[in-house]
Amino acid sequence: MIAVVLATDATPWVMPSIEYRLLAPILIVLGAGVISVLIEAFLPRSVRRPIQLTLVFTALIAALIAIISLHDDRAVVGQGALVVDGPGLIMQGTIVVIAILGALLMAERGLDPSGDAFAPRASALPGSEDERQFTARGYFQTEIWAFFLFAVGGMLMFPVSNDLLMMFVALEVMSLPLYLLAGMARRRRLLSQEAALKYFVLGAFSSAFFLYGSALLYGFSGSISFPVIAEKLAANPGQSALVLIAMALVAAGLLFKIGAVPFHQWTPDVYQGAPTPLTGFMAAAVKIAAFGALLRLFYVALGGMRWDWIPVMWVIAALTMVVGSVIALTQSDIKRMLAYSSIAQAGFILLGVIAASPEGLAGAIFYLISYSFTTIGAFAIIMLVRDDTGEATHLSKWAGLGRKSPFVASIFALFMLSLAGIPLTSGFIGKFSVFTAAIEAGNTWLVIVAVVASLIAAFFYLRVVVLMFFTEPTEETATVAVPSVFTTIALAAGATVTVLLGIVPQPLLELIIHAGVFVR
Amino acid sequence: MQELMPATGVFSLLWLLIALPLAGSAILLLGGRMTNKWGPYLAVSTIVIDALLAIWMLVEMMGQGAEERTFNDNIYSWVFAGTFKVDMAFQLDQLSMVFVLLITIVGALIHIYSLGYMSHDPDRRKFFGFLNLFVAAMLLLVLANNYLLMYVGWEGVGLASYLLIGFWQYKPSAAAAAKKAFIINRVGDVGLSLAIMVMFVTFGSVSFEDVFGSTGQASEGTLTAIGLLLLLAACGKSAQFPLQAWLLDAMEGPTPVSALIHAATMVTAGVYLITRSNAIFDAAAWAATAVVVIGVITMFMGAIIGCAKDDIKKSLAGSTMSQIGYMVIAAGLGPVGYVFAIFHLLTHGVFKAGLFLGAGSVMHAMKDNVNMRRYGALRALMVVTFGTFLVCTLSIMGIPPFSGFWSKDSIVHAAFESSNLVGICTVLAAGITGFYMTRMVAMTFYGKARWEDDAHPHESPAVMTIPLIILAIGATFLGMALLFWGNIETWLEPVVGFEEGHVAIPELLLMAITLAVVLIGAAIGWIQYARREVPVTEPHGNLLTRAARAELYGNEINDVLVVHPSFWLSRFLVWFDNAWVDGFVNSSAAAVGGLSGRMRKYQTGFIRSYALSMLGGAILVVVALVLVRLS
Repeated sequence: MIAVVLATDATPWVMPSIEYRLLAPILIVLGAGVISVLIEAFLPRSVRRPIQLTLVFTALIAALIAIISLHDDRAVVGQGALVVDGPGLIMQGTIVVIAILGALLMAERGLDPSGDAFAPRASALPGSEDERQFTARGYFQTEIWAFFLFAVGGMLMFPVSNDLLMMFVALEVMSLPLYLLAGMARRRRLLSQEAALKYFVLGAFSSAFFLYGSALLYGFSGSISFPVIAEKLAANPGQSALVLIAMALVAAGLLFKIGAVPFHQWTPDVYQGAPTPLTGFMAAAVKIAAFGALLRLFYVALGGMRWDWIPVMWVIAALTMVVGSVIALTQSDIKRMLAYSSIAQAGFILLGVIAASPEGLAGAIFYLISYSFTTIGAFAIIMLVRDDTGEATHLSKWAGLGRKSPFVASIFALFMLSLAGIPLTSGFIGKFSVFTAAIEAGNTWLVIVAVVASLIAAFFYLRVVVLMFFTEPTEETATVAVPSVFTTIALAAGATVTVLLGIVPQPLLELIIHAGVFVR
Repeated sequence: MQELMPATGVFSLLWLLIALPLAGSAILLLGGRMTNKWGPYLAVSTIVIDALLAIWMLVEMMGQGAEERTFNDNIYSWVFAGTFKVDMAFQLDQLSMVFVLLITIVGALIHIYSLGYMSHDPDRRKFFGFLNLFVAAMLLLVLANNYLLMYVGWEGVGLASYLLIGFWQYKPSAAAAAKKAFIINRVGDVGLSLAIMVMFVTFGSVSFEDVFGSTGQASEGTLTAIGLLLLLAACGKSAQFPLQAWLLDAMEGPTPVSALIHAATMVTAGVYLITRSNAIFDAAAWAATAVVVIGVITMFMGAIIGCAKDDIKKSLAGSTMSQIGYMVIAAGLGPVGYVFAIFHLLTHGVFKAGLFLGAGSVMHAMKDNVNMRRYGALRALMVVTFGTFLVCTLSIMGIPPFSGFWSKDSIVHAAFESSNLVGICTVLAAGITGFYMTRMVAMTFYGKARWEDDAHPHESPAVMTIPLIILAIGATFLGMALLFWGNIETWLEPVVGFEEGHVAIPELLLMAITLAVVLIGAAIGWIQYARREVPVTEPHGNLLTRAARAELYGNEINDVLVVHPSFWLSRFLVWFDNAWVDGFVNSSAAAVGGLSGRMRKYQTGFIRSYALSMLGGAILVVVALVLVRLS
């Protein structure tokens, strides 16, 4: 063994070749992140916001163009650390679009009379004289954009990582800025900081699981590369205990990120505490990135072990769907309710993962896309519904909203119907495609559980609709703030995609199916 | 089987026929008050353009050879599931051509008439929107090239009919009539949908081309089943026994609606359905016989009801039932009759529309009073209305040379060709027609004025009388035109087939006998209602009269056989739903809610317990993986 290592060391070091064109989407976003930090360092406060916003949107649009231009490329790049393939590109593309919508929401300054959704100075103690001063002077933070760009960069790497180390790095690049951003809400800062701390500690804990699992997988296969691990697993099918433990630990790390039961408990606290635009962005984009990583790890590296992990995933998926739906029933805060809803939705998407087939992959990706647009739209509406203490997230304040603001309430009802999976919305097609994939893979009983869970879930989604439209407004009822063009665009995009994918899903489904499977 | 020609030239505009009124209806119904002013004129113009297009298509079609007159226009694949494929495709052949002409031309006249008739109605924009919707649906019905698409039109006309019968929904009677029509029509619609399903199972396709081309592959039993289901559908839409009860109530709608939908076009959809499906009925003798029997029963029922009603529109509605009975009989006779069923349908569409619009004109003059016992002596005051009404009456009675004579005589002749019994029935019913139509004319236009005190009869405006005159001209000449100049037999023969049978009685003698029976009926009517005083309140009457006034107890029979059992069943189901279903659902909802309340307690908010649950989860996953491997 030592001799082998020495021999490797003895070979002359070769400059690794970097495929700049193929890596352009990631490089653009990360590069923009670096520029964003420099802007913060060198430019005066007054010009930072327009320049940062220009940078963010330019970078994201450029990344989107780069992703689209790669649509025919299939390659393993960066010395085997990353891949360019169809599913990866589709997920990256969706992440970038969601990031654009998320950035639009984060840039909104027209709703809160005192500014945007982020604390004027995160370092000031909540409720302190300092904080009052910063608020009164109209301070804003523009550092959020650097964090945001790094998080997006991490998300772009996460689903296309082709080895364990890259996946871990991507995970951290994605997560660390989000931990920070979660703690920077302008209103209810203690709740926000508590959420950030919980997210960070538990996130670190789960990263440890992932890292430990990776180490064990490396110990088994002598490589961190997914294809090599798959080869080794195929060659030594009898190797059990080490691989099983390794698999469980990496799975735990990723299941944490998607919010699967029993790794879900951070979700409601963080979703509730984080600034709402960030919650919307996170709920949508992290879900895609983490599912992308999970799909790749389980399909590419651990595909040969599927008869081991599928039964365990059955149980996790069933638990996730049922627990998410059932607990959501008794939530009285709309952000917490949507958090549990996101847990239940993760369970439905796991159905596609478990199918372990091209149909399952396509169904899961379609579901992710439909879910992310609907979710970000729903959180955009939550930003609008306010009273004088800020966002009115308690459900009692939504009573009769349909009478006061029928248009906004109708759009929210549309999102709720889509999340409940009612036909003519994207949610229905998503559920339908993962359910059919699961049945074709022989997981009929799991689909039965899923249908029961979606029945329970339909109750709490429709309860909001009933509350908005069939209850008399009270004095408590919140008012709807008039958003600026930023939120309006994001909202319109969310609603349009929700309806469009519900009525004409075929083009996107075909695109996903044509994109094929993961490159190995 | 005719060759299908691609729709080129003017025929590529087939879709426009439907799209124009559909767009008109959408603009009027969605446009709101903005369109109040010009909306009705837009609606009228869509139909007028449609009519002109239809005439252009007729001219083009006549220029083609007889076997090359079926045009197919595929718009797109509508349903595409496995091997099952349904196109959004239109087919224009000789049969649908005559329907398109009837619908658009009569429709255009009635739209124009409505401009005058509905001029004072506050909701006239809605009225014209519905009317346009009806025309679009009806055109879809006759232009579809498959049963499924036809079903869409079939339901569409049902919807439009419902909306228009209940147009004055503030009147409880109108709202009830609309519901009644809709529900009874549903029964027929079930027949059509089942027929389509049986076709799909049997032939694997629902397009006319495939179904008619492969009737040889199906057993006669299956074809009989399809035929009877189609007959059920036809009974619902065409108000044939036993689904006839809705048509008389449907007269609650505005009179132009009665003329267009419940006399000239929609109610003849059943005849179209049977004639269109001739390949099925030709191969299913039992089903065809059933068609004739239904037709004979309804022919008499309608005629008898028409004799007793004092409400001018209901009397005309009875007459419509009866006349459609004639068409149904002819359609049931097979290739000897299809052509004449359509022939009578066309002439009837014109003269019955004329009669209804005439009745509307009278009602307009009499402050919307429909009771003929309060009419009388109107001929001098309403010359145009009287003249046109009289022409249409002579036409429906079958007096030569008016249109109805030629078409009815053809049916009588065809009936004798297949069965003397059916033939005698048609002659007798013609006699009754003579009676009730004479009664109607006598009560309305002759005798003494029995008007209500505040009535000031006057002739209607030109926008109403001009359509009446045009329809009267049609009622006079259309029959001869179609028979001698248009050669309706040879025109329709490629689509529905035609064969001439043999009758024992010489043709002229048969004609004379029929005419004599009609004149006897008319004479009795004249003596009873023009010579004698007509009482203002209805006399007690004999048993048959009372039964006919009660619409031959159709409603009572429905009540006993269908309505009451349905009520009992629904009461039982409500009870079952409340006691058992809700009990189960509510208790399971309560259980899930309780579970939710208990489960959220585990969401403590402490990081340490979250981390513990993650750790526990990871360990469980490991254990589970090992267990899976071991098992």
